[in-house]
Amino acid sequence: MTSLQFCLLVSAFLFATGFAGAVARRHAIIALIGVELMLNAANLNLIAFWRFGPHPEALTGFIFTLFSIGLAAAEAAVGLALVIAIYRHKRTSNLDEIKELKG
Amino acid sequence: MSLSLIITAIVTMLAAVAAMSLRNLVHCALMLAIAFSGVAVLFLKLDAEFAGFTEILVYVGAVAILVVMAILLTRSGDTPNQTVLTSGWFVGALVTVAVFALLAWAILQTTALPPVAAAVPSASVKQIGIELMSHYVLPLEVIGLVLTVAMIGAVVIASKEEAPADSGPAKSALAAKPHAVTPITPTAAAEISQPAGAALKKEGVA
Repeated sequence: MTSLQFCLLVSAFLFATGFAGAVARRHAIIALIGVELMLNAANLNLIAFWRFGPHPEALTGFIFTLFSIGLAAAEAAVGLALVIAIYRHKRTSNLDEIKELKG
Repeated sequence: MSLSLIITAIVTMLAAVAAMSLRNLVHCALMLAIAFSGVAVLFLKLDAEFAGFTEILVYVGAVAILVVMAILLTRSGDTPNQTVLTSGWFVGALVTVAVFALLAWAILQTTALPPVAAAVPSASVKQIGIELMSHYVLPLEVIGLVLTVAMIGAVVIASKEEAPADSGPAKSALAAKPHAVTPITPTAAAEISQPAGAALKKEGVA
């Protein structure tokens, strides 16, 4: 197993873990944490392909990772604001009880 | 593939599993910070220093703190007594196992991966800056716009709504919005009119 395959396997495991948390936990914040973990797994993939790929001097995967980190930060801010707004409105953050968009 | 890389990867994966499976949400957030730190160390091990430090700054510094603040604001810091899983968790677990099995099979079987390069690529801050300002200047501007919009949107979504006096609490957020906006207008009008009034007064005195 090469280093690239090792990194890809770690990344796949992180993705699966985040996915499990996003779909199987009741709390909305845990679902957001799961999405963050999945984005991190994607970043790890990009960095690994940049490091072991044929053209690292182009910096493509590296810069894509930087943009992805920025987008993930924006997503986290808006998502947590939505969780707080829903909690203020419905007094719950249980995903099984949040079933309609209408307040 | 060095031993330190393997140890870091194991710590990262264990922290990620703990972040997704612990019952107390505050413990989950702490484990999430450890998992993010582990990913940052993996970036450093892969010779992507700038990405590693950005990861620490953004994820460990900002996102983990944001998650802790959200947990405290929604008062979900104590351990729940009932189940923490959704009603359809079993299907989710099946899909998760299927996804991981497929990914692992594909990674281990494929022959399309490039041969591992011997040379360590260099990504100095100067190179990154030149690339960002030449090739990627449009995405850079767009992401700046996206971050601004996300910041304003987060503040607007999470800001406290004024409780309308005439309508009950069951009214929708749309109905509450004019009430939330109206208190701003008189103060803004007063702020605008005050300097004008003062100027008029001064003219009168002169």
